[in-house]
Amino acid sequence: MDISRRDLFTMGGKLLVLASVGASLEQITGAAPPTDAYRMAEHWWGMIIDVDKCIGCGNCARACSRENNVPSGYFRTWVERYEIEEGRPPHVESPNGALDGFPPSKREDVKSFYVPKLCNQCADSPCVQVCPVGATFVSPDGVVLVDETYCLGCRYCVQACPYGCRYLHPDKNTVDKCTLCYHRITKGLTTACCESCPTGARQLVDFKDPKDPVHEFLRHNKVQVLKPYMATQAKVYYKNLDGAVR
Amino acid sequence: MVLRRFLRDSGHLVRPAIVLLAAMGLFLVVRSAVIPKAFGQYGHYRPGALDAIRARPISFAGQDTCVACHDEQAKVRAAGKHAHVACEACHGPLAKHADDPTANVPKRPEVANLCRRCHEKDAAKPQGFPQVATVEHSAGMACNSCHQPHNPHL
Ligand code: HEC
Ligand code: HEC
Ligand code: HEC
Ligand code: HEC
Repeated sequence: MDISRRDLFTMGGKLLVLASVGASLEQITGAAPPTDAYRMAEHWWGMIIDVDKCIGCGNCARACSRENNVPSGYFRTWVERYEIEEGRPPHVESPNGALDGFPPSKREDVKSFYVPKLCNQCADSPCVQVCPVGATFVSPDGVVLVDETYCLGCRYCVQACPYGCRYLHPDKNTVDKCTLCYHRITKGLTTACCESCPTGARQLVDFKDPKDPVHEFLRHNKVQVLKPYMATQAKVYYKNLDGAVR
Repeated sequence: MVLRRFLRDSGHLVRPAIVLLAAMGLFLVVRSAVIPKAFGQYGHYRPGALDAIRARPISFAGQDTCVACHDEQAKVRAAGKHAHVACEACHGPLAKHADDPTANVPKRPEVANLCRRCHEKDAAKPQGFPQVATVEHSAGMACNSCHQPHNPHL
């Protein structure tokens, strides 16, 4: 039996079509099953920050950098000190992200306070929208994460973040950011920053937990998110935030 | 016979069609080979990334872990003003110690810097927070020569 070139091509074509149908079928059905007791659908994480309790000790920034091996000179969370003189633009400083705390302020005659900053875990995040490869995303439990193996290091997201919460990791050359200690909160622990905050100025909250104190907090306090006009649906709520804070 | 004639007459259409199909098939095969199976399960990303991030190691064991073994310090602390200051807020990350206490004995905190970072007088601190100008207050003595760190009242 001899096969003509035409027959060969037709056969090859049929085979390819079959193979690709098979492959795409596998893609549709091959979803990984859930692995353990933590159910993402039952959580919606965020944070509440009571500015009036922050003492500027920098424990959060230190704890974060040690928990997450943040390279030196970069910050996933940091503390800012605002000094506001009436009628003037505010003076804001954050020496080394408050890793070593703050030198005592010299100014007694101005309004001054500390503001801790971190990724606002936006539900409608600009950083996620600009990522060209699906390397950054909002997890089903509401945490904005980066897939290191997919990140190209193009830095679109770094530019897109209105809060300056992302950086390019100098060794990995992929983007890095606060994960809300995803490796901790999914095990029932709180974040490293909240664990080490001495005054409870920052607290991890779960909006889907009806018993979480966040519901009381939101009902009884005047709260604000940073840059609400960016419409990012930020989930880090600040209590008694001064209008000067950006 | 009919099919054969059809193929011969419309060969100029069938051949490019086959090439096109083959190219599309090849694209699908390559695509399914390089895109992870579960991609898109939750959204436009790789769900495996969630597990990878969750698998990262922990450095802060958490308050409850320390208290389970260090009953004595926990009791002292609970009676004083540092009751709500977590152990690792002063001692630093000690998950390794909690896993194997005798193999990783922690160093004691450096008191001089420790207390100052939280208690140095500063106008930006909340007014109700106890703060001292440390240099004048301690006159060069270590804070823990008068205060007991776990319960700072004298
Ligand atoms: C499994 C029990 C266990 C847990 C959990 C544990 N420890 Fe310990 N810890 C010990 C033991 C035992 C020693 C004494 C080790 C030695 O001296 O060989 C010790 C020693 C220490 C010391 C040094 C004491 C000294 O004399 O200098 C410190 C500080 C300390 N622990 C703090 C902590 C903190 C903070 C935590 C919470 C992260 C913690 N430990 C969790 C058992 C534990
Ligand atoms: C306000 C900061 C602070 C907090 C909070 C704190 N410690 Fe300490 N701890 C210290 C300091 C400072 C020393 C060292 C004292 C010294 O060198 O004399 C110490 C010493 C110790 C020691 C050595 C033995 C001793 O009693 O002196 C152990 C064990 C210990 N801490 C465990 C704990 C545990 C467990 C907790 C949580 C329940 C805790 N500490 C909370 C500051 C703190
Ligand atoms: C991580 C931050 C932190 C560190 C470190 C720390 N403290 Fe405190 N301290 C606090 C907090 C929070 C309170 C409770 C304040 C309150 O009740 O409003 C407090 C309360 C106190 C008080 C009681 C003040 C009063 O109202 O009577 C004293 C005294 C004190 N600390 C001394 C020390 C000494 C000494 C050290 C060093 C061994 C130290 N603290 C380390 C956070 C800290
Ligand atoms: C010579 C002993 C001595 C030394 C050393 C000392 N203190 Fe005190 N401290 C006191 C006394 C006495 C008080 C007042 C009594 C009280 O409130 O418990 C006090 C009160 C405090 C208060 C509470 C102030 C307030 O407004 O309620 C803080 C905070 C404090 N000390 C921190 C420190 C720090 C930080 C150091 C180390 C730099 C330190 N102390 C060193 C004796 C000392």
